[in-house]
Amino acid sequence: MDPTRKRKIRLVVLLSVAVLLATALVYVSFDTGRSQLLPSEALEQRPSDAFELGGTVVVGSVEETGDELRFAIKDPNGPAQIPVEYSGSVPDPFREGREVLVDGTLEGGRFVGEPNTMTTKCPSKFKAAES
Amino acid sequence: MSSADVGTAALVVGFGVALYAIGAGIYAGRTGRGEWAASARRAIYALLALLALAMALLEAAYVRSDFSFELVAQNSSTDTPAFYKLTAMWSSQAGSLLLWVFLLSLFSSAVLFLTRRRLRDIAPYATAVLGGVAAFFLFLMLFYASPFATLAAPPAEGSGLNPLLRHPAMMFHPPMLYTGYVGFTIPFAFAVGALLKRHTGPEWIRATRRFALVAWTFLGFGILLGALWSYSELGWGGYWAWDPVENASLMPWLTGTAFIHSIMVQEKRGMLRIWNASLIVATFMLALLGTFLVRSGILDSIHAFGESTLGKPFLAFIAFALVASVALVASRREDLRSDARIDALMSREVFFLLNNLVLILICVVIFWGTFFPLISEAITGTEESVGPPFFNKITTPLALALVALAAMGPLLTWRRNSLALLRRAFVFPLGAALVTCLALLAFTDAGEGGLALVMFSLTAFVGAVVAQEFFRGARARRTMTGEAPPVALSRLVGRNRRRYGGYIVHVGIAVLLLGVAGSSSFNDQKDVRLAPGESVTIKDFEVTYREPTVAIDQDASGTGAPLSFGAVLDVRDGDGNTFTMRPSRNYYPSQSAAMGPVGRFFEGEATSEVDLRWGLDRDLWLAIQPNLRQLEGPIRRADDLPEELHGEAIVAVARHYAENPPPAAFRAIVSPLVAWIWIGGAIVMGGALLALWPSPEARRRRVTSLYAARLGRELSRA
Repeated sequence: MDPTRKRKIRLVVLLSVAVLLATALVYVSFDTGRSQLLPSEALEQRPSDAFELGGTVVVGSVEETGDELRFAIKDPNGPAQIPVEYSGSVPDPFREGREVLVDGTLEGGRFVGEPNTMTTKCPSKFKAAES
Repeated sequence: MSSADVGTAALVVGFGVALYAIGAGIYAGRTGRGEWAASARRAIYALLALLALAMALLEAAYVRSDFSFELVAQNSSTDTPAFYKLTAMWSSQAGSLLLWVFLLSLFSSAVLFLTRRRLRDIAPYATAVLGGVAAFFLFLMLFYASPFATLAAPPAEGSGLNPLLRHPAMMFHPPMLYTGYVGFTIPFAFAVGALLKRHTGPEWIRATRRFALVAWTFLGFGILLGALWSYSELGWGGYWAWDPVENASLMPWLTGTAFIHSIMVQEKRGMLRIWNASLIVATFMLALLGTFLVRSGILDSIHAFGESTLGKPFLAFIAFALVASVALVASRREDLRSDARIDALMSREVFFLLNNLVLILICVVIFWGTFFPLISEAITGTEESVGPPFFNKITTPLALALVALAAMGPLLTWRRNSLALLRRAFVFPLGAALVTCLALLAFTDAGEGGLALVMFSLTAFVGAVVAQEFFRGARARRTMTGEAPPVALSRLVGRNRRRYGGYIVHVGIAVLLLGVAGSSSFNDQKDVRLAPGESVTIKDFEVTYREPTVAIDQDASGTGAPLSFGAVLDVRDGDGNTFTMRPSRNYYPSQSAAMGPVGRFFEGEATSEVDLRWGLDRDLWLAIQPNLRQLEGPIRRADDLPEELHGEAIVAVARHYAENPPPAAFRAIVSPLVAWIWIGGAIVMGGALLALWPSPEARRRRVTSLYAARLGRELSRA
């Protein structure tokens, strides 16, 4: 086989492998990926699958009963809010008025969080100055 | 003039000096005039002096708690312990920019000093590139985030350092990472110089490979410290969460790893030149991206503490650098043609290439997953994110492939290998891996781990390969020189530090991944609520909550927390040994005026002080989350007391907790083999140090080349 032809074949094979891998990556990520929704978006779309609910913990809403934590998450810039039931680990910076993200599903009007999925954004006190 | 003004002046002059270095460097590069090259180099030295002054001024402000400095007021306070005052600088955005550019000027000065008599063609352009990167960071500090911003009305007390960051590992972690990021700027700058001059041979690699290795070592150590901090300070018990910022530090490390391997192919065989140039460009871009991700808040992350204004200029700079570098590499592709071709599939260069491809693949996957929220929003309109399962699923098989390739690489020689040679090289390591695998299956329950078993066997494989290499090398040397075996071994290693250091690094990485495989596959975790006297069983440990503890103003780990609630737990293991553990939780007073004067001591930030029982086979990890809700009544009553009684009231409220302890939430984790992650890391560092240590030959070569250079100068003068 002449070398240019050989090189061409090699290129085609390599490119097809790359395309195949890329397709697999795209598929897996959309398959395992979860939408991040604000309460207003979640109430509007009513997703049946699990998703990540994000927003501000409503001040005065946190209630601890046994192993379960109940609170409400609201849009940072809006009135929409959803009550949340959650169990499992609570990150150290969790506080009323802070932004949190929880994985879970919407059941009726309530959001049932999966255990140990809560993450918090860092406390505003330590935010860098708005320069 | 205040010291803040002097600091700002140092930055302004530094900015000018960096711009001068760019101009002088480019002029020297174009005309080949040595005096301009020397002038550009000295400008970088001057920059180092100016930035050292700026660092010293800012540190001094932290030490004397000068709250007229905005940064000091924001992340330090008079009651912050001295060690954390000194290191608080890099928890702020402006302070970390200053640290970055200071380290850059330090490394730049070092490399330019070391190459001052060599690489006369490439060095001027490299100086210009280094000056350009420094100028950009100085520009950010001057126009966006000044470390010397002052407050017209200084507060009486600062906010204090974020309690979560009060951990020794956290204080060394940022400078380590930055040293890594900055270190990769050096080979990048010389690569650009080499491309501009079309001198694409191995000279720029020889001059900067040590810097690449230093950068790689520091970056790796920084990542490991971050993991250690996460494991022992954050109350969740893991060491890696695939957080965007963790990923951001791992990506340049992966491409950097690929780079330090593939440059060997260029040195030995003159191949992979385009690849090497592209790799160092990618590594530098990812290092910039890493710095940017931490500071931009573009992706949600616990680290994203600056939803700042740095985003746009930073992105613009990255885009500019990326486009310029890609255009440069593309325009020089004719000069980057290989000297040689691949001879055979079973050769060391092919395995290096494969190992490179796997590293890049891992990096691409991580990049994709990290930016998936942005990608999916652009495509589908909703922001989706992929979590740890995505990363674990894809990177696990790739990591296994990587270890297998890393194990086999040293067994192959350059160019081609005969079948007999391969058989001889592979028999012992493969046998060792097989025996390990069977032994684990027969005597332990490792078989349930699936891929973990593969990793354990691969670790044995890597270990056997490296042992065989040491043995064969020493034996060959002994045959030639007749030295005693230990002498032969130490001389062998001493003469080939880079090679044998590299082998030790391989073992370290395999051991580290063994710890990762073991702890992620056989991890046991329990979250329970216990009242004093109650117990929980996890694996064969029986953990009993004996009594609560309250520490007032006597925080053992020196983080400066005035209040700490914890527990004493009695633990009995399967063999009947008993010991006690004392996890606790530190409470830092809130600065919020909305809370009561006593309440703010109980309702501010709190951080877990984990108690760990280290073991080579497994760790027992305990964290507590005390329930302070029943203290609300006493706290409200205390808030109404007159001010002079507040101190006593705090003590009384805290005592109330100790006397009527409510059930507390505990998390117990039994994690097998975690200790091997840190041991593996230490082995990697040892190997890297060995590889970095100058060998006697190198010193001799340097002396000879200096002599040759002087001779050349004198001859040209004559």
